[in-house]
Amino acid sequence: MPVRVYLADEIMTAHLLGDIDHHSSREIREEIDERAGRAHPSRLVMDFRDVTFMDSSGIGLVMGRYALMQELEGELVVENMPEHIKRVMKLAGLDRLANMESGRTRR
Amino acid sequence: MKMTNQMKLSFLSKSVNESFARTAVAAFITGLDPTMDEITDIKTAVSEAVTNCIVHGYRDSVQTVYITAATYPDNRVVIKIKDKGCGIEDIEKAMEPLYTTCPEGERAGLGFALMQSLCDKVKVASKPGKGTTVTLHRKLAMRGQDDSQE
Ligand SMILES: Nc1ncnc2c1ncn2[C@@H]1O[C@H](COP(=O)(O)OP(=O)(O)OP(=O)(O)O)[C@@H](O)[C@H]1O
Ligand SMILES: [Mg+2]
Repeated sequence: MPVRVYLADEIMTAHLLGDIDHHSSREIREEIDERAGRAHPSRLVMDFRDVTFMDSSGIGLVMGRYALMQELEGELVVENMPEHIKRVMKLAGLDRLANMESGRTRR
Repeated sequence: MKMTNQMKLSFLSKSVNESFARTAVAAFITGLDPTMDEITDIKTAVSEAVTNCIVHGYRDSVQTVYITAATYPDNRVVIKIKDKGCGIEDIEKAMEPLYTTCPEGERAGLGFALMQSLCDKVKVASKPGKGTTVTLHRKLAMRGQDDSQE
């Protein structure tokens, strides 16, 4: 499983693992959405510390979870992005699309 | 310019092969002594093109994706990624950032934009009903000149 999901109080942390591409993002998305749909966390933290590779599928994944947390009236926080992943986010212009200052995307 | 090395690869358009494809291309270019950043750039661009063949070209039916990669004496890498799928009606429009025909699959519409920022040149040839070929050009920094021409 390319993601481990923990819940503490109202904060859900999705610890992402390995490569994020079209193949792995489906499983990650399903797991997070299923858990968040049941628990209704006030905050979802996507922790990228152990992500080894990411392409535009990862951008779709973050944007989709942003929409999910808006629906649940909570906030999304993106944490611990390695340099190479920040680069993909920037090259794709996500820092302009979403408010991602210092690695945080807030509602 | 004459190529210094070449490889050809074909594989089924299953999503599990996306990581195989980008890793295989990365392994092929190690002879050019690339930096970590250069490897990551090329892996990402290849992953975008291969995913497009699987998701859009073949629309999740299982067919064959073809890759040819060649290296040149000036440390250029040219990678062709091809499908025989549905093709693209309007290439210019398809390449616009945020344009996607598949938003329900959580596609961002940024694949081509990423390929263009990660490569020196991106060429797209496509015919509706026939398929699509994406050609990525990327020049690597010259390091360790002497053993680059084996
Ligand atoms: N190999 C292909 N065959 C057919 N259509 C394609 C192909 N590659 C791209 N397209 C078309 O071009 C559009 C844009 O591609 P691009 O990679 O930029 O975005 P995307 O794949 O939709 O989203 P993302 O790559 O961000 O997940 C696609 O939505 C699709 O309509
Ligand atoms: Mg794409």
